[in-house]
Formats: sequence, C-alpha cells, structure tokens
Amino acid sequence: MPGSSSRRHCSNHVAPDAFVRGAFARFVQTKHLFGVSAMHDMSAHAVGHGAPTSFIRKHVFSIDHKVIGKQYYALALVAAVVGMFLSWLMRIHLGWGSFAIPGLHLLSSSGAPGDVMTPEYYLQLMTMHGTIMVFFVLTTAPFAAFGNFFLPIQTGAEDMPFPHFNMMSFWVTFVAFMVMVAAFFVPDGPSLGGWTQYAPLSAIGAVGGPGQGWGVVFWATSIGIFCIGQLLGSLNFITTTLDMRCKGMSLMRLPISAWGWFITSVMGLTAFAVLMPACILLILDHLAGTSFFVPTGLVIGDHVLPHSGGSTLLWQHLFWFFGHPEVYIAIVPGMGIVSHVLITNMRRPMLSHRVLIYSMAALAVLSYMVYGHHMFVSGMNPVSSLAFSFPTLVITIPSTIIVLIWLGSLYGSKLRINSASLFSLGFVSMFISGGVSGFFLAQPSLDIMLHATYFVVGHFHLVMGVAAMFGIFAGTYFWFPKMTGRMMNETLGKAHFILSFIGAYCIFMPFHYLGIAGNVRRYQAFTDDYLIPLVPVHKFITVAALVTGFAQLIFIYNLIYSRFKGPHAPNDNPWQGTSLEWSTATPPPHNNFGATMPVVYHDPYQYSVEGAAADYIMQTSTEKVHSPDEEK
Amino acid sequence: MAKLFAVVIVLIAIASAVPIVMHMWPMPQDISVHGHLIDEQFADTMLEAGISFLASQILLAYFIWRFSSPAPGDKIKSFPGGAMGLVLAAFLLVGTEVLALGFFGTKAWASVYFTPPAADAVTVQAQAGQFAFYFRYPGPDGTFGPIHPDQVSEANANFFGIDATHDQDSKDDIVTAELAIPVNKEVHLLMHSKDVGHSFYVPELRVQQDFVPGLDVSVHFTATKIGRYEIVCTQLCGLGHYNMKAYLEVKSQEDYDAWIKQQAALQ
Repeated sequence: MPGSSSRRHCSNHVAPDAFVRGAFARFVQTKHLFGVSAMHDMSAHAVGHGAPTSFIRKHVFSIDHKVIGKQYYALALVAAVVGMFLSWLMRIHLGWGSFAIPGLHLLSSSGAPGDVMTPEYYLQLMTMHGTIMVFFVLTTAPFAAFGNFFLPIQTGAEDMPFPHFNMMSFWVTFVAFMVMVAAFFVPDGPSLGGWTQYAPLSAIGAVGGPGQGWGVVFWATSIGIFCIGQLLGSLNFITTTLDMRCKGMSLMRLPISAWGWFITSVMGLTAFAVLMPACILLILDHLAGTSFFVPTGLVIGDHVLPHSGGSTLLWQHLFWFFGHPEVYIAIVPGMGIVSHVLITNMRRPMLSHRVLIYSMAALAVLSYMVYGHHMFVSGMNPVSSLAFSFPTLVITIPSTIIVLIWLGSLYGSKLRINSASLFSLGFVSMFISGGVSGFFLAQPSLDIMLHATYFVVGHFHLVMGVAAMFGIFAGTYFWFPKMTGRMMNETLGKAHFILSFIGAYCIFMPFHYLGIAGNVRRYQAFTDDYLIPLVPVHKFITVAALVTGFAQLIFIYNLIYSRFKGPHAPNDNPWQGTSLEWSTATPPPHNNFGATMPVVYHDPYQYSVEGAAADYIMQTSTEKVHSPDEEK
Repeated sequence: MAKLFAVVIVLIAIASAVPIVMHMWPMPQDISVHGHLIDEQFADTMLEAGISFLASQILLAYFIWRFSSPAPGDKIKSFPGGAMGLVLAAFLLVGTEVLALGFFGTKAWASVYFTPPAADAVTVQAQAGQFAFYFRYPGPDGTFGPIHPDQVSEANANFFGIDATHDQDSKDDIVTAELAIPVNKEVHLLMHSKDVGHSFYVPELRVQQDFVPGLDVSVHFTATKIGRYEIVCTQLCGLGHYNMKAYLEVKSQEDYDAWIKQQAALQ
C-alpha cells in the first residue's frame, strides 16, 4: 500500500514539500504497478501537481482537495434534496394514506398506480430515504466535503498525500450514488428491506418481495463502491493529519475540527472495511448461489428455498459492527465543526482543548464495543445484551463531558450571534435532546418495549440526523466566504435557522411519545386497534415536516444566490478566526498558501488574550504574548 | 435574535416535558407479571433523562441570553471549577447514575431472559411467516411433531409442515391463528420463522422478541389480565409488514380448557 512505510522523519520541522515529493513518488510507483501512466508533472511543483489549465482537470477530474471537497458538497446537497423529497412522500402517505400525490405515477407506474403509493412502494422509498441520507448526506457532507476542503488547510499542507486517490474517492462515491439512484428504474424498483437490509429478507432474491432481487443487488453494489470511496478518503485524511502538518503544527495545535475529521477517518477506515465484504457476500448470495446469510429450510410460497447453511445473525453483526461507528462517523465531524465555529464566535477557547479531543476519541473507541445494542431482541444470547449494554451506558460519560465543556465554555463568553453560531448552538440543543433518549435505549430491559418503535426513530433522527445537518449548516455559513469568496445572506440564514430549529422539534419530539405508546416503525399504515388513535399525531408531524422542508428551500436559495451574486467577502478573515484557513487568500490558491508555507507559533484558539494587540492571535502570528491557555 | 432563540429553547423544553409529566402518552397498560419491573425502570430512567434534558436545555438558553450581548469592557470569565470540575461532574453524577440505573435495570432483563420457564408452563409453538402468525399446541401427548419445510402448504392449511400420517407426535397437535393462553399461568413460547425475520411484540405484555430464521428461540411470560390484545410484527418482513398481526386471547383456565377442546375438535 502506498505510504504505509514509516515516515517518522517527517515531523513538523521537516519542510512538507520534500515529504510530499517523496510520498508522491511512492504513489507514482504504485501507479506503475497498476499499469497506469506516471504523472507528467510530478516534480514540477512542491505540491506534486501544478495548477490545472483545462476545464476538465480543473473542475471535473480535479486532484485539488478543495475542488474535491466542493464536489462532495454538491453531491451531498443533491442527495439531501432527494432524501428530503422522499421523506415528504412518506410523510404525506403516513398522514393521508389515500391522498394522490400528483405525478407520483411518473416515478413508478407500478409503485404508485393512480398516484397513490402502494404498501411496497412506501417501503422502497423509505429504504432509499434512509440509505441516501445516512451514506450520501451524513457521511459525505460533514466528513468528506468540509474535511477535504479544510483539513489540508488547517494542517498547513499543500494537498493530501495521495491526490489521485482523493479524486478517485469522489468519483467512486459519485458512481455509487448513480447506482443507488438507478435502482429506482429497475423493473420492480429499489429494495424494500430498509437501510439496514436485514437478512434473509435481503438475501433470498425476488421471492422476498418487490425490489428484493435487482433492487438489493443495486443497493449492495452501490454501498460496496461507496465503501471504496470512504476507505480511500480515510487513508488520505489520516496521512494528511499525521504526516503533512506544517512547521510548528503539533498535534495539539490542530484545530478541533481537524481532530474531528482525523478521528472520523480512523473510524471510517475500520468500519467501512467491514461493510464492504458484507456487501460482497450479500451480492454473492444473489448472483453466485451462495448462502452466507440464508439458513436451511426457509419456505416461501410453499417452496423450500435452495439455500442452506447460512446465518441470519451474521449479517446483523457485520452490519452493526459498521453501523454503530457510522453513527459517530456522522456526528463527530459535526462536533468538531461546531466546536470550531463556537470558539470563533465566543471569542474564547473551549475550557479544555485536550479534554474535548480525548472525549471524541473515547466515543470513537467505545463505538466499536456497543454495536450489539441494536440487537438486544434479535435472538442473540441475552448475556451478550448485558455485555453490550454496559459500554453503551459508559458512552454517556464522554458525551456528557463534551456537552458540559460546550456549556461551561459558553459561560462568561462574548457570544456573537450569526447564522453559523446559531446552528452550532442548535446542534448542542439537538445533541442533548437526542442524547438523553439514549439512556432508555441503552438498557436491554427498556429496549423490550421501545425496540423498533418510533422512539428509536426519534432518537436517531435528532442525535445523528438533525444534529449532523445542523453541523453541516453551521459549517456552510461559517466557511462559505473562504470557499467561494462571497458572503451568505445573514437574514435569510437566521430565518432558515429558527424555522428549522422549531420545525425539527415539532417533527421529532412527538416521535418519542408515539414510541412510548408502542407505535411500530416501518409501517405504511396504522391499522392496529391501538395505533389508530395515534394517527392525528402523524398528521401533525406530516404538516411540520412539509413546513420544515420548505424552510430548507430558503437555504438552497441563499446558497446558490450567494455563490453567484452575494457580496464579496470583506477580507480573508471575516470572522476574526485564528486557524490557518483564515491566514490564506480567499478563495485559497491552488497550493493553499501561495509562495510561502505557513509556520505555526500558537495554539489554535488564542482569543481574548490579555495584552494582545487584538482579541485574537492567529496561529501564524509572531506576536509574543504570554497566554495562560497556551499548551506547554 | 439571541433572546428570541433562548426563549424558544425554553418553550420547546417545557412543551416536550408536558406530555410526559401529564401522562398524555402513557405506556399501554401492563398485563404481565414482569412488566412492573420494566415500567419502574422506565419511570426512573425518565426522571433522570428528564432532569438532564431540562437542566441542560435551560442552562443553554440562559447562557445564550446572558452572554450574547457583552458590553465593550467585558472580560472573558471562566466557568467555576474549569474543565476538570465538569469532567468530574460527568463521571460522578451522570456516569455513576446512568451506570447504576443500568445495573438495577438488569433485574427486569433477568426476569425475562435469565430464569427458565416453570416446569408446568403451557408450551406453545409460534410460527411467523409472510405475513401471518400461526400457533401450535402440543395436544394431550405434550410433544410437538417435527416441522417438515417441504410439507408446508398454505393451500392445504398445513402451515407448520406437519406430516400427521408418519409422525406420531403430530397427530394430536392443534394449529390455530390466534394465541389463546390461560390467565396467571406461565406460557413458554417456542418461536420458529418460516421465511424471513419477524418479531413478536405485545406492548401490554411487555414482550418483544425476534423470530430468527434458522434459529429457534423462545420466550416465556405470564399474563395477569383476561382480555384480547394485539400481537404485531416489529421486524421489517416485506410489503405486508404493517398488516401482519394476530390476537392474544387471555382466558380464564375454564375458558381456556374449553377453547382447547373446541380447537382440537376442529383439526
């Protein structure tokens, strides 16, 4: 594997360009192994590649991490719109099941005859909503989009060490998205198995139901390809953080957002490496006649299935070994982004930079030990349920520390209110609300009642869905000037915030009450006697979801309008930030820092230091001030 | 904007707590022997989660209100006790409380899963298939005949794949579409899936357990109130998932005995 050899010599005192050339040379050698031609411009520039001149190399097949970051952002935006649209269709159906949605038959004539959704089509849309949101929005936007753009800049690197892998990472993800969307257009539509794709429903083929044949094959192929993209991306993120830091940038001088991406990339490298083989085995069950996930003697339509010898629980173990770290892959970059935005807007560092980093790392480590809490009633040995319950309860401690550090740092700060800081504070509120419901779900005895109910749906939508989205919004409003050179409209941003904040609570808080009343999830209609009285609540949620969804159009308008017509950023550092992205030009030049590479003299967040010339000291500032917060 | 936001946070926190405090959404009534352990555990957890939720949201709102409009001369203040105080609070208050809660909660879990069924428990076999539940009673001999997957036939109403001509044990087995059980008597439910994953969920009974294809699992419980309750499927099993249900009939011992006799005559 390229770059796997020890690079201890490359401490933060070695000029990074020399190292990049070395890494790049190794990368090129590997390319020879694969029979790909060598880069023609490998030694021409310090960064390993010169600024591209053709449109295709500049905007399409770009190896510049900033362009790749924007591409990821655009992909996530498209995916989010698709995912939100699907949620509208589902919510309308749940509130008013017989309502004809004009034009729905155009999407699928068999799935929506007369524009009214069939039960199976509801499940198919639900599967696509979950899959698209979790993989193509929550994983790509906070991690791959912002991380690609800002991690190299915040570490003081000219690019990632493997720019071609980076380009490949995006385009592979793009192909994965295309394959996923293509499932809408195969004969019986996408899979109806839910984003978790539990076996054996997912592995027995078309006899299982509409979409369980080619729909699942497309699903597993798409996710398998997606994993490759994430593995390549994680590899780049890890090496960038460990090996590409500029002079003076020790690990503890990295901004908290960079730490978020680094910790996430370590999780990504191990979690997606488990999901990919699981997807391959699932595809083999479909196409090669294997039985990894199908046991002996299953009967469908009075016919015994030909499979034998597989294990149902094997899929669940493989899936959740990925699936639980995935939750933190979605939220930890958001924590980093939000902390970074809050610090800048509070004009003070967090109470402890280290404690925040250690707590995030603890979340990452624990995330592998808790995955069984998804399987308390799965038929797994009940003793293992207790074994998985304990670390799940322990994970409360680092989460609480993180929240208390945020709250404690807010105390006595000089808080600036703008769209970015509002979404960050909204993130904190959502993370608390989604977190406390974890107290219940961590306990197997309560999971007996709450498993597979709307309580779970409310929990994960708040803590990883809405919170992560708020992290994306905070990052967008905060970094937009650096990414595009223009400012977003603050009035529209604040309107977008307050509508989203109230709307999200109106949608997801009632989910908890429904769950306590025993409302089962993944039902396309509520025909059970005890569920019928709950239908008015579903109608309320549907209305709230439509209104909140429309509020997101304000954001999309603001984003697109500001991109082309917004006022130019007044200077390179509109928020008076301290980290490296604010000391370079806007937008940053091709090699991020122009002619001279930055040298770092300070901790990332030197705000409101007594005796300093301004209320902030940039990391590159040579100003010598005694700061009590400065790490020794 | 900051003050509006702070007010909104407080209003949302209160509005979220009202339905819980006012018991607007109580859990379904409890008709099981072990259920009160779960309900007490739920109430304790709700108390702790509720306090954490309200305290942190209101603190967040107050800090936003208080610190968002600093006067020009204001200096940054540090939270009393600093980061270490908060870390200790997280470990000592939240950590210990949540862990203790979880520890005591194992009692409810153990009552369902760690105690073997009583020797005189009524044994019933449940089979889940797309999209119906069927139940089998062993009859006077007290044993179930084996399931032959190749004999399963919806058309002949042979849902369990019983081979009554060859299997002696199957001859007196009773197959029904509803689960009738005697009140105040332990029931041992043997769970078998015909095709894909399903689940057995009766909210009133405080029981939820997945059917695992290829793996026979079991669960046992005692119902304490006579009545008719819904059994619903909670594991996504295909297009009819939402409609997959059966009824649990809790009967007096006499009614149950009469019902079994009547069902045996229908076989």
